[in-house]
Amino acid sequence: MAHAADAAHADHHDHLPSFWRRWFYSTNHKDIGSLYLIFGFTAGIIGGLLSIGMRLELQEPGLQYFSNPQAYNVFVTGHGLIMVFFMVMPTLIGGFGNWFIPIMIGAPDMAFPRMNNISFWLTVSAFALMLCSLFVEGAPGSLGFGGGWTVYPPLSTVGHPGPALDFGILALHLAGAASILGAINFITTILNMRAPGMTLHKMPLFAWAMLVTAFLLLLSLPVLAGAITMLLTDRNFGTTFFDPSGGGDPVLYQHLFWFFGHPEVYIMILPAFGIVSHIISTFSKKPIFGYLGMAYAMVAIGVVGFVVWAHHMYTVGLSLQTQAYFVFATMVIAVPTGVKIFSWIATMWGGSIRFTAAMQWSVGFVFLFTVGGVTGVVLANAPVDRYMHDTYYVVAHFHYVLSLGAVFVIFAGMYYWFPKITGYIMPEWIGKLHFWVAFIGSNVLFFPMHFLGLSGMPRRYADYPDAFAGWNMVSSIGGYVFFAGLFIFMFGVVYAFIRKERAADNPWGEGATTLEWTLSSPPPFHQFETLPRVVDTGH
Amino acid sequence: MAETPDTQRKIRGTVLACVGVVAGMVGLAYASVPLYDLLCKVTGFGGTPIARSENASEVVNRTISVRFDSNVAPGLNWRFSPETPEVKVKLGETTTVLYKVTNLGDKPSTGIATYNVQPDLAGTYFSKLECFCFTEQTLQAGETLESAVVFYVDPRLVQDADVKDLDTITLSYTYFPSKAGKPVAEATSSTKTIAQ
Repeated sequence: MAHAADAAHADHHDHLPSFWRRWFYSTNHKDIGSLYLIFGFTAGIIGGLLSIGMRLELQEPGLQYFSNPQAYNVFVTGHGLIMVFFMVMPTLIGGFGNWFIPIMIGAPDMAFPRMNNISFWLTVSAFALMLCSLFVEGAPGSLGFGGGWTVYPPLSTVGHPGPALDFGILALHLAGAASILGAINFITTILNMRAPGMTLHKMPLFAWAMLVTAFLLLLSLPVLAGAITMLLTDRNFGTTFFDPSGGGDPVLYQHLFWFFGHPEVYIMILPAFGIVSHIISTFSKKPIFGYLGMAYAMVAIGVVGFVVWAHHMYTVGLSLQTQAYFVFATMVIAVPTGVKIFSWIATMWGGSIRFTAAMQWSVGFVFLFTVGGVTGVVLANAPVDRYMHDTYYVVAHFHYVLSLGAVFVIFAGMYYWFPKITGYIMPEWIGKLHFWVAFIGSNVLFFPMHFLGLSGMPRRYADYPDAFAGWNMVSSIGGYVFFAGLFIFMFGVVYAFIRKERAADNPWGEGATTLEWTLSSPPPFHQFETLPRVVDTGH
Repeated sequence: MAETPDTQRKIRGTVLACVGVVAGMVGLAYASVPLYDLLCKVTGFGGTPIARSENASEVVNRTISVRFDSNVAPGLNWRFSPETPEVKVKLGETTTVLYKVTNLGDKPSTGIATYNVQPDLAGTYFSKLECFCFTEQTLQAGETLESAVVFYVDPRLVQDADVKDLDTITLSYTYFPSKAGKPVAEATSSTKTIAQ
């Protein structure tokens, strides 16, 4: 811990280590954050290409590109797992979290810099295993695992005898271990290394978001690790945790999985909540409305998120009372979420709003996340879910909260912190153009899925009846537009690096009050040699 | 970085607590397996019939159909069928039904039976006094075995708002090929070999 930190800091101030030492043995939270951002973006491109493959196939009825529909399901599974574990989590938690949590709380680095390095390279190794899984046999006669990101038995046990899922399970083990180590690092850093004067109740909301996220990771990931280990031994060592022939029950796997899986969706969105709060406050030139309410709304979402898991399982035969409880508990989550949505709106209300690229993405997020939240309340109803279960309505719902929610905030954060991370200004028109392309593309992509789901189109099939053709075509076109937007972003990054317009310490002006804007852009290799003293941040 | 011994001690405390939480959650994940099993056995959750040792205290004049379903999992060349597809019983009335299982193969083979009740919610009220579940059974080539299920449907069924109007319960048995060395969970067997 401290010794490792000392060793890492042996390099003198402005003297940067060699390329290999800096990027491969990195213990600097900003460098590791940058590595996570690059990694997350790369994984996102791969996951995005898989979804383009799906949209190409679904553009018209019949089988166009996938002669083997199982290969389509492998794409679906790969897309889900990659986007959850290797795009959203590394970018929001590993990327922005590592970059800005120490700076925002006035710490010189994370508590365990070397463990931070291990977390990153474990994530990369996990991703390598995940990619391997796509190229080895899963179901008899086809490559990869096609049972969905939830990996339900018995399809994942007797249905896929090949080693593909074993690779996948080990990938999840490594990614999970990386996230648990990262979570311990964040909790230790946030609880013990805040600058003098920064009490928990003066801490920026992004730090609150990461603290809650880290606790969710700590409590939920071990359960996933346990469940998939049982799956692994069921597959390879003859145990029968989920195998009825030995007295096991496949439904137990669903309970364990969703005990992890539901907090996992909050793990993906809470950091986004934190980032959006800062951006909206900055560009409304007002402190965030209801700071304490915002912080404790996230705590409430985290706590209640652990007792609603069976709303993913209404169709497994739960008793009426059990379903009624899960309906009620699920709807309770709408209350703290509503507190957040209305506090963002109240922050903007009467503010001196500047619609920069980051602000456009954030306002877009608030709107689209609300749409996804509302369809979530619809799906929370067990009787409605009987009808909607496993249809495209569910796909539309979780893409509105994750693809249009978490991903919009990833880009909001990128455009907001780009000058701080790189030291260069990216012209505003690039981010705004990207926003409008992505906003239109993603809505054209996902909104028609509501209609498809309501008319009964099931998920995870490579083909569909002709009746669904029209909206699927529209949806596919939206998908290509959304994906094309990524090229605008990539162009913007390259352009900013070529143009080399230096960013000021605080390019956003007086609304940006958190500590990262008091440092140079980019920040020095080691910051806060003398700890900043926080008198009153005023949020 | 400049950490005072005090900060270091606090950091160590936080890390130990975090590691403890992780270890505890892994433990809970594994503990959930026997706990879930116990929950199913005690409450009949998920269509698990309840094992009882005594007959029902009363017989109620309300008839319910109990249907019998039998399956053989792939990999086992057995024929498995109940003597009757359906019986009508009064709630609380103890009933015995025989299942007949025959090894159609030319080699001895070993199977193990599991069972379940549909709808799941009726599991609580399906009380078995004797059954042949979770016991390994080896049949010689061509051998036939009769196995008995003794059960009653708990009269308290009529007090449960979820299932009080139920008119049919299905008991489903499946014979799986036994994997060698499988721990046998229960031993409430009543089987007798009959001569070919």
